[in-house]
Amino acid sequence: MPTSNARNATGERAPSELFENVTCPFCGMLCDDLEVERSGDTLKVRKNGCGRAVAGFERKLPPSSPQVKGKDVALPEAIQAAATLIKQAQLPLFGGLATDVEGMRAAMALAERSGGIVDHALSEGQYRNFKILQTTGWMTSTLTETRNRADLIIVVGSDIPKLHPRFFERIVCPPESMFDVTPPKRTLVFIGKGLDGSPASGPRVGDIINLPCPIEQAGEVLGVLRARLHGFAVTPLEVDGITLAEIDALAERCRQAKYGVVVWAPPSLDFPYAELTVDQITGLVKDLNQTTRFAGLPLGGNEGAVTAGAVSTWQSGYPLRISYASGAPDYDPYRYSISRMLAEGEGDLLVWIASFAPDLTPPATDIPTIVLGTPGMKLPQPPVVFIPIGTPGVDHAGRLVRVDNVVSLPLKDLGRAPLPRAAEILAAIEAAL
Amino acid sequence: MEMGDTPMVDKGAFVMLGSDDYFLRQLAQKQDFERIKDYVAWTMHAAQAIAVKVVNPGGISAFKFNQRKLDLDEEHAYYHVTPRQIILTLARALKELGVTHPLHIHGCNLGIPGNVETTLETIRAAEGLPIHLTHIQFHSYGTEGDRKFSSGAARIAELLNKSPNISIDVGQVLFGQTCTASGDSMRQYAISRSAHPKKSVIMDIECDSGCGVVPMRYRDKSFVNALQWVIGLETFLLFEDPWRIFLTTDHPNGAPFYFYPHLIRLLMDRSFRNDMLEKIQPDAAAQSILKSLTREYTLDEIAIMTRAGPARSLGLKDRGHLGVGAAADITVYEDNADREAMFATPELVFKNGELIVRKGKIVKVVQGATHVARPDFDRSIEKPLDDYFTRYHTVRMENFKLGDDEILDNGRGQIVVQPTRARAS
Repeated sequence: MPTSNARNATGERAPSELFENVTCPFCGMLCDDLEVERSGDTLKVRKNGCGRAVAGFERKLPPSSPQVKGKDVALPEAIQAAATLIKQAQLPLFGGLATDVEGMRAAMALAERSGGIVDHALSEGQYRNFKILQTTGWMTSTLTETRNRADLIIVVGSDIPKLHPRFFERIVCPPESMFDVTPPKRTLVFIGKGLDGSPASGPRVGDIINLPCPIEQAGEVLGVLRARLHGFAVTPLEVDGITLAEIDALAERCRQAKYGVVVWAPPSLDFPYAELTVDQITGLVKDLNQTTRFAGLPLGGNEGAVTAGAVSTWQSGYPLRISYASGAPDYDPYRYSISRMLAEGEGDLLVWIASFAPDLTPPATDIPTIVLGTPGMKLPQPPVVFIPIGTPGVDHAGRLVRVDNVVSLPLKDLGRAPLPRAAEILAAIEAAL
Repeated sequence: MEMGDTPMVDKGAFVMLGSDDYFLRQLAQKQDFERIKDYVAWTMHAAQAIAVKVVNPGGISAFKFNQRKLDLDEEHAYYHVTPRQIILTLARALKELGVTHPLHIHGCNLGIPGNVETTLETIRAAEGLPIHLTHIQFHSYGTEGDRKFSSGAARIAELLNKSPNISIDVGQVLFGQTCTASGDSMRQYAISRSAHPKKSVIMDIECDSGCGVVPMRYRDKSFVNALQWVIGLETFLLFEDPWRIFLTTDHPNGAPFYFYPHLIRLLMDRSFRNDMLEKIQPDAAAQSILKSLTREYTLDEIAIMTRAGPARSLGLKDRGHLGVGAAADITVYEDNADREAMFATPELVFKNGELIVRKGKIVKVVQGATHVARPDFDRSIEKPLDDYFTRYHTVRMENFKLGDDEILDNGRGQIVVQPTRARAS
């Protein structure tokens, strides 16, 4: 755990303080160049904040207390009530999981101890990727690699600024590149209708090409592109808003690119069988690597989703959707999807962890719920137990894994509110079992 | 963090250099050697490493510039430096920084028939500097025979027996399904054609490194796999000094580490080895000198090769021996003529003097410590580095550094700083 520089040895805070190199935990990109100032309980983003960061850091926390059945109680009582519920449960579901590495470790330990199910709130999007990663593999890049090397960037069906407001600023349009052979101007391609490319501007952006097909057909467009790259005839082309000539022109740009990067955010590909679109993306990358260099760059992974997937994988061997009911981790990406289980009346207790955004609320369910949440959550049903927890990187230190899976970043304690860590609460519940 | 979640064993990180932009830039710009040493030492501190590894020197970077191979004296298309320069610079830097474990080299041209010449040339290139050549089996391939694939083990062992500056580990292939994982994205991409099952994950990482994960099934009826098996065993049996050869399967690349008891039996039991030789692809068996090698490793030699030698090489002062001041990491076996059965199920395992395994079953879970080496460096290197990270990277220098408290983890982990020699110039 990185040390806090917000508190002294006895836990007291300075009245105000300016923090540099602050990692922002409010999306999967984990920008770590923010400056945040605290005065009392109030945070102000001074530098490099996007809308998401400002909303996250500067949100006013309402007063919050541990509750059992809607009544304020002392923390030990709430922990005991949670432990009792978990002990009585036949099949507890550990969902949400919007927490840091330490919180996820504690959730895994508690799930193992209580024979529960482990799944993240946003895993439906992640599974569009995992299915392809597991069945065919892929070739990918990372944020720094793309920032410095890419000469052609293809965005597929994804509204990136909505998920990652600074992606274009930091990765697509940085003032300079590491290598003087990287062309000063990059070609940008948007495949899909209505994608926001407005932040892609400035001296680094060259040609912008739009292929405005319906998002659901982006995979088909890539399929045609791959067929043309292989030299196959394709007639007639049945994709709204796109001509074969445009695809052929893109094929030529792909061939000429020195390092092309295909970017997608699985949460944006929210339609049935979207993994087939991901399959076309990774297939295109594989095809082009026979002669030049190309890589994929999957985005998304907000709410600690990448961290949850990583910890689950390195501890159990599987990326979420596991059951410890038999004692050993059992993996089934269909059977152990918590959203499916809740919809079909499976499981008898939901333990929901949401330490970042107050709108990551549990799905509506009739089974009893324990919520470890950031203060201010608007819950669809009153939980049996509610325990307010701190936000990693705001109220306490921690660590998260970035969207490109291979970079982890330390989170600072900015000293906003004296709220406990999810990891502490989960460990206390486990100890009380 | 993943290492932190690996219980029972001690940990030590080998930080990978040689395809990272900052180092290649230093080399291309012919920066002052002391500055390069500062960067190497800084990186060891930042990564909390005990040693430095170079993987396909410069090649991981070259692959990102679409070079598909990089031989020892071939120039990187962008930096115009060669793997030979990279190896020599890093090996000399570590020696002068006083780091105990020499440069850990995963050489050029892994897995390519004919790479025995590259490996022999790399050994000569060291010019007497201490180096460690890892998974040398994958780098000992000749081009003789009908299939243009043959063993180079004898030639390499002959030269190595006369090269006291060099230690090796073998990277023995054993038959079965495994999943290879390597920083050598260039070569992993190339071998992904032989993946079993047919899938692979290849990654370009942060202008620093790369990664490739390729599942592989080694079959005793495959000529190539059988010959790989033979080459590893020939290396073990022809290499004379047990203090300079370490028993590895390059886990998980040649085989998972839990195959070690089987490998030990192959080394200690000639008749068992010859029985196994009967079962492999006959052309590979016929081509091999293995049957004529009568050597059987002794228990002493196994103990050196798996304990004392690696501990000494890594600079773990208090491990690998039973003398005064040792940490008492001790495994006790019941003597059994079937060495595979004997080594598969230890009677007792002590960690820091504490009993953790009895009759092959864990009786206590311990966390294990992280061993690091911290050579001296001039802190002023952080000024250009800070500027470099801010200009080009997506992680700030201060956040790149792995803090002690991230390993200590509120008392869960422990750091052991192993000694380094005084810095020399």
